[in-house]
Amino acid sequence: MPGGNDVLFHHALRLGDDALILGQRLSEWCGHAPMLEVDLALANIALDLVGQATLFLGVAGEIEGQGRDADTLAFHRDVLDFRNCLLVEQPNGDFAQTIARQFLFSNWHELLMREIAAASEPRLAAIGAKAVKEITYHARYASEWVVRLGDGTADSRARMIAGLDWMWRFVDELFDAKDGTPSLRAEWDARIAHTLAEANLEAPKPRRGVKGGRLGHHSEHLGHLLSEMQFLPRAYPGAVW
Amino acid sequence: MHKFEQLQGLGLRFRGDDTVYLDDKELKTLVLELLSHVPDPEIPCVSIVDLGIVRDVRSGPAPAVIITPTYTGCPATFAIHAAIRTALDEAGLKDIRIETTLSPAWTTDWISDAGREKLRAYGIAPPPKGAARHSLQEDRAECPRCGSSRTEEISRFGSTPCKSLHRCLDCSEPFDRFKCH
Repeated sequence: MPGGNDVLFHHALRLGDDALILGQRLSEWCGHAPMLEVDLALANIALDLVGQATLFLGVAGEIEGQGRDADTLAFHRDVLDFRNCLLVEQPNGDFAQTIARQFLFSNWHELLMREIAAASEPRLAAIGAKAVKEITYHARYASEWVVRLGDGTADSRARMIAGLDWMWRFVDELFDAKDGTPSLRAEWDARIAHTLAEANLEAPKPRRGVKGGRLGHHSEHLGHLLSEMQFLPRAYPGAVW
Repeated sequence: MHKFEQLQGLGLRFRGDDTVYLDDKELKTLVLELLSHVPDPEIPCVSIVDLGIVRDVRSGPAPAVIITPTYTGCPATFAIHAAIRTALDEAGLKDIRIETTLSPAWTTDWISDAGREKLRAYGIAPPPKGAARHSLQEDRAECPRCGSSRTEEISRFGSTPCKSLHRCLDCSEPFDRFKCH
């Protein structure tokens, strides 16, 4: 039976891993985005997420009490030990697919951080209160792009639909009764429906949800991401900037 | 009382030897004055005190400067920490530690009036006051060059996490705005 500390450790780990993996994914756009403003925006969002990850993983390490700090947790765990949701590790695809992932995630992330900010663990609450300000910008940015692409040209619309369709199967995991946040589903559904209506898009067809990230059962994509992210500190242990 | 030896460049008068005794209030005033000359690494027209990054100076047995980061991922946070350490060390205040706090979360409402004016003069539109509570409202930035409020947002994310990009429709100049936070 896991103790209270173990539950809290995994809670902080999930929060940190979600932010870390999505921050790393978005960083792949740096220098490659369709235009300068988008490049800046995605890099800024990635920076916020990596900052949040550093704080959450730092607290996770403190709770665990085994001397692991944020860097150790980020760079010296293997794929089976990561607890992020499957949504954040999905490949960027085209810009619309990236926006679809961000739209679905940030709208949930904002609601989640509001809840964390009001939670009883003071260290997590402090991070949540800070993060929610940043994430409000992320959610709005992604939602605006969903409208722009969905209600844009025939091509942008087709890509937006395809992007949402690709990401939709990973939504249920966020609200899983055991490892997720079922209480946030109604408000999230309303927010998503509101933006999709504005974008003249229909909700993607229901798909059987894929789960497992919270247990360490990841898609093939995470290992490749980690091999790039972790290469330097593993090849040169103790390297400093 | 706090005892210091070899304090430098702080405008203090010394009697005989180099030892100075400061009470809590004097220490706080002195450190705040010192840090008000430490510029923000990304926006050097304003100091870290102007920006509200320096939250407090704690006196007592374990004196410390309490700071709070603006954005969680802002790389300037490390540079700010190092700049404060250097300023304290050079002044002879090696015993004062630096502590980081996240709560309450930093807000642009903490930027001083003097700081707002310095930002404007530097070409960065300051955030409206009290805007943190409705930070994403569609208010128009005021052009820091010509004062026009006929402006448009180019990008909500700018050259640093704390700024967005705008353009003035009257004088046509692009400009940064400090994001409401």
